[in-house]
Amino acid sequence: MNLLDPQGPVAAANSTILVDSVFIMLVIVVPTIVAILAFAFWFRASNTKARFQPDFVYSGRVEMVVWSIPALTVILLGGVAWIGSHQLDPAAPVPGTGSPVRIQAVSLDWKWLFIYPDQRIATVNTLTVPAGAELNFQLTSSSVMNTFFIPQLGSMIYTMNGMVTRLNLRADNEGKLQGLSAHFSGDGFPDMMFDVNVISPLAFPDWVATTAKSDAVLNEASYKALMQQGIERGRPTYRLEDPRLFDLIATQHIPPGPGPELISAAGRSHSGGHDAR
Amino acid sequence: MLGKLDWSAIPFDQPIPLVAGAVVLVAILAVLIWVVVKGHLPYLWDEWITSVDHKRIGVMYILLASVMLLRGGSDAIMMRIQQAVAYQSQGYLPPEHYNQIFSAHGTIMIFFVAMPFVIGLMNLVVPLQLGVRDVAFPTLNSVGFWLTATGALLVNISLVVGEFARTGWLAFPPLSGLSYSPGVGVDYYAWSLQISGVGTLVAGINLVTTVLKLRTRGMNYLRMPMFCWTTLASNLLIVSAFPILTATLAMLLLDRYLGFHFFTNEAGGNVMMFMNLIWAWGHPEVYILVLPAFGIFSEVVSTFSGKALFGYRSMVLATMAICVVSFMVWLHHFFTMGAGPDVNAIFGIASMIIAIPTGVKIYNWLFTMYGGRIRFATPMLWSVGFMVTFIIGGLTGVLVAVPPADFMLHNSMFLVAHFHNVIIGGVLFGAFAGFEYWFPKAFGFRLDERWGKAAFWFTFTGFYVTFMPLYIAGMLGMTRRLQHYDVAAWRPWMIVAAIGMAVLSIGVICQIMQLVVSIRNREALRDRTGDPWDGRSLEWATSSPPPVFNFAFHPDVRGEDAYWDMKTRAQQQSFEHDVPEYQDIEMPRNSPTGFICAFFASIMGFALIWHIWWMVILGGLGAFATFVVFAWRDHDEYVIPAEEVARIDRINLEERRSLVSMAGAV
Repeated sequence: MNLLDPQGPVAAANSTILVDSVFIMLVIVVPTIVAILAFAFWFRASNTKARFQPDFVYSGRVEMVVWSIPALTVILLGGVAWIGSHQLDPAAPVPGTGSPVRIQAVSLDWKWLFIYPDQRIATVNTLTVPAGAELNFQLTSSSVMNTFFIPQLGSMIYTMNGMVTRLNLRADNEGKLQGLSAHFSGDGFPDMMFDVNVISPLAFPDWVATTAKSDAVLNEASYKALMQQGIERGRPTYRLEDPRLFDLIATQHIPPGPGPELISAAGRSHSGGHDAR
Repeated sequence: MLGKLDWSAIPFDQPIPLVAGAVVLVAILAVLIWVVVKGHLPYLWDEWITSVDHKRIGVMYILLASVMLLRGGSDAIMMRIQQAVAYQSQGYLPPEHYNQIFSAHGTIMIFFVAMPFVIGLMNLVVPLQLGVRDVAFPTLNSVGFWLTATGALLVNISLVVGEFARTGWLAFPPLSGLSYSPGVGVDYYAWSLQISGVGTLVAGINLVTTVLKLRTRGMNYLRMPMFCWTTLASNLLIVSAFPILTATLAMLLLDRYLGFHFFTNEAGGNVMMFMNLIWAWGHPEVYILVLPAFGIFSEVVSTFSGKALFGYRSMVLATMAICVVSFMVWLHHFFTMGAGPDVNAIFGIASMIIAIPTGVKIYNWLFTMYGGRIRFATPMLWSVGFMVTFIIGGLTGVLVAVPPADFMLHNSMFLVAHFHNVIIGGVLFGAFAGFEYWFPKAFGFRLDERWGKAAFWFTFTGFYVTFMPLYIAGMLGMTRRLQHYDVAAWRPWMIVAAIGMAVLSIGVICQIMQLVVSIRNREALRDRTGDPWDGRSLEWATSSPPPVFNFAFHPDVRGEDAYWDMKTRAQQQSFEHDVPEYQDIEMPRNSPTGFICAFFASIMGFALIWHIWWMVILGGLGAFATFVVFAWRDHDEYVIPAEEVARIDRINLEERRSLVSMAGAV
């Protein structure tokens, strides 16, 4: 999950900006730290060679330099931030080979549901995508806020109930990656990690076909069962009954997921199901 | 009768909070019994609890902060151990307990450690630096302190009665809403912050008024010590930002108590509005904390370099620039909301702009040292340690202000490392520097230097060993608030961080040892001059500890570094003064208003949390009645006769003269 080992163009651009910004700042930070230590050492009271200049308390030239150095750095970095924000807007298209894959991600308490509306399938806690294709994510939440993040593919984004956020990514190399939720969402939060299988574009249709044969069906009823608080250890897959399920969730036609029930009147709340442990 | 409260509120099944709570309870009872049996109660009541003396209130704030630092530190130790052991296992803390611990850690460290520590130092020092006898509103000052203590008390009660919030220190809805947090944890969080928030607000009003309206003769704005400037900036931020916090939490409470829909998922509630509002307070808050620390470093660096502060006017400008710009950057806490590139870029650049005045401050301290004669007493060590550490924190801070970089680092362990880097390296180092520096002024004896230096080196090293690994873990994709994890690459860094935490703890132990050893050797460490560090500002012009009226005469200020100026003139002329003509001094009377008000506020807060409505009314009426009684008072001042002032002042002058003549004879 190393941020400096990107597996897609978005993560690569993010980490380039990250590293470049660090180097731009190091150019002034390192000399400043050295100067602090050097001045502190040289002007120690016991050093008789250091010249005591108690009246050196103002210098227009020095003032100009000390305002200019950070200002120039910030102008430079501000440019990086402006251009970077526009180029790497999460909603900006990320061209890829082949047709884009539409994925609708829903954060549940405490698992991830990935709906492939065009393929009419859905998976929980595994995201399978073809290498090289543009991935168009639409994201929402069944209950509380979460953040969808695959570190090696880049750019995280919030998921919120009743709202849809957008994110476009691309995975360039086949392999297994990991994703997670990056916004605390309750007792099962640490178990919201998910697998990302990047497979070859040729194998993707086969995987879709296999998944579509799944016995389990995802419809409003099974979704409501799935959104109860709890942890999913397995990696269930579903046939998708209604490709508009995501819209029903995002527009709150399916009401937000329930929270925990209280174990006592005395207000120590209890996290849904013992599977949270 | 007791609302939601019954025996199941006590976590008999969870040994850790139960044992911790029992130990604290026994300790408090033991202290109380000792106080009563030894007959110290009248002294405590007259001299401390009802005191409206800004110095006493400042000391009590710092005491509160120190006690809560131990509590928040214990939480930190538990978290670091949990993350070191919870690899492919549940560790030793179940999620419902771990989540309370990190929420309590953040809440306590910000609201009940950092805030009272800096407010305490400002209370103690600012009136002395301004050359005045008290703050603008002495009784209000006492009310502010005791309400802060009420908040701290409620947070600690949650340890054994009920639960604390499990939502993180900012309690984001909808997780903190009634549907997803039906317990009393969020109520404990919100009510303790509401009550202590009132305390902070009145402290802010008091200090702003003090700086603006009470200055001695000749102390115009551009002659004020830097610490007074940063106090002004910080308290202007308190006055303008804390009402936002109060309003935001009030809306959350309306959602939870009366079925409103400000921040719920349903009925048009808007969770992003909470995000915006809480950070509109939350970002200024970090400058509320760090600006006073900047002021402390300015005083310390200048004093121990034996030079006036370099570029004083530039520093004033930088301080006020930070004060203003800090209000315009809150959105950088949620770039990943999907607001769009223009919004993100503008807030990113605005955030970077704060780095300019901050950078200027660093350079001005640097040039203050240049050409100085630097004495490395403990406060100066903290200051140099701060400069180095804070630059690293600044670098990572500007980094997360670049939106595309933040898209990778938001909410990660990298972010956790960043804000600890600036809060520990900035605020806590500053608080410790101020503590070491002004301790002799408050108590009349210096602190032991050897233990102080040991405390610095262990804390400094411990900080790096704890938090540098967290930067790396963040670069490895690790997010914050994980109760357990399965990623092998993160494990080694969590273990190193836990070791660092042990080193940090040794630093804290050294700090406590320093206090114990210094109190034992206080006669040897006695500061008879009132000016132990060869200081430059007016707090060193009076005795240590200062008399209740601070100054027998209002000092006459003729330039920057007022006391340095006086010392220089005194050397050039003869040291003999004309025999001064002492006058009666009026001082505010002690008042139990603050304590009684907070007593009723505590009852009311507890009752609100547990829905015990008759008790809410009782507490509310009690607090209001206390206020009315105070408002109807007839006498609020007492007179210290001129002879008494003369007697106290002559002792001080004699001590100083004898020391000066001794030095002259040598």
